[in-house]
Amino acid sequence: MKRLTMDTLVGLFVVVGIAALAWLSIRLGKLEVIGDRGYTITAEFDSVAGLKNGAVVEIAGVEVGRVKAIGLDRYRARVAMSINPSIKLQDDSIVSIRTKGLIGEKYVRITPGGSDMIVQPGGKLRDTEDPIDIEQLISNYIFGKL
Amino acid sequence: MGNPLEAVGRTVLVQVRTMGRMAIFLGSTALWTVLPPLKFRRIVGQLHFIGVKSSSIILLTAAFSGMVLGLQGYYTLRKFGSEALLGPAVGLTLIRELGPVLAALMVAARAGSASAAEIGIMRITEQIDALEAMAVNPMKYLVVPKVVAGLIALPLLTAIFDVVGIFGGYLVGVEMLGVSAGTYFSEMRNMVEMSDIRGGFLKSLSFGLIVTWVCTYKGFYTGYGAEGVGKATTEAVVLSSVLVLVWNYFMTALLF
Repeated sequence: MKRLTMDTLVGLFVVVGIAALAWLSIRLGKLEVIGDRGYTITAEFDSVAGLKNGAVVEIAGVEVGRVKAIGLDRYRARVAMSINPSIKLQDDSIVSIRTKGLIGEKYVRITPGGSDMIVQPGGKLRDTEDPIDIEQLISNYIFGKL
Repeated sequence: MGNPLEAVGRTVLVQVRTMGRMAIFLGSTALWTVLPPLKFRRIVGQLHFIGVKSSSIILLTAAFSGMVLGLQGYYTLRKFGSEALLGPAVGLTLIRELGPVLAALMVAARAGSASAAEIGIMRITEQIDALEAMAVNPMKYLVVPKVVAGLIALPLLTAIFDVVGIFGGYLVGVEMLGVSAGTYFSEMRNMVEMSDIRGGFLKSLSFGLIVTWVCTYKGFYTGYGAEGVGKATTEAVVLSSVLVLVWNYFMTALLF
């Protein structure tokens, strides 16, 4: 009996410990266990300065996906995003990179378009807006190149 | 007395010899870990001793560490009007640094000291020699189960520490000081990356090795008599705590 309770306690300890580790990894570390359920679309930008992998993709302020990969394609930044399957995007949707607050992190905002054509998984959105470069704006203002 | 040069030389030689002995001890532990048969029941017993019995003190220290982080973080961040960052501050501090280090120090103080004393007393009462006479390998019977159990238990204890600490911070930050619950968790979720959690996990794994290795070594090569065991126990706790803190710095420099 004593050995049984010891075994039970060890079992309980290991299960609780693994549960804690899993909670940290999945809830906070955004580890994809069941695989990525969303579909991928890409968009090209002249600059994605400040955007990071895992950044949020939003429509009307609601999270609909995350940035999966950022790469370079013919000297343009190519961003792959994983989008929630229940969200359909028109092929004239506008993808822009915005900042949360004045100094917050960068996120991707999608403004839905009016076209009848829906972007297929793996497809590409062509209308993009680069992030606003505040330093550039200020220097334009100071040096009078407005 | 002798000349001072001789004293310096002797000290250096003793230190080098100790380091070499510790390295050989670690190497033979590693060898006996991979060589079958594995004493599975001994490992479960040690998991009970190192893991289960440490969990109450881990829960207590974790809750209070998280709560004090919530309190201090709130008053510091309020000066910049960025209470919203309380969640990431508490979460990252716990996951990267405090969780692994404090859990390791608690295990060193609780289980490490007891392991050193246990093996030390077995050494001075010639029980280790008796084991050898019965053809039971003392490394395999005494040291390996403790080291393996430490390697398993410490990452789990650290994960429990992190989670309890985060909820301790939640208790103070959200329930007492009025940061919104959504902000606390969603900001934490935004800022904490998988690499942070992986780093904390690797740290706790290495600390598990350091604590059990140093404590079993000190017990295995204890001095003579009751005094020797007492000294070995103290040295085990001091050395393993110092090594954990020093190694933590290097892990942070390498990982993050």
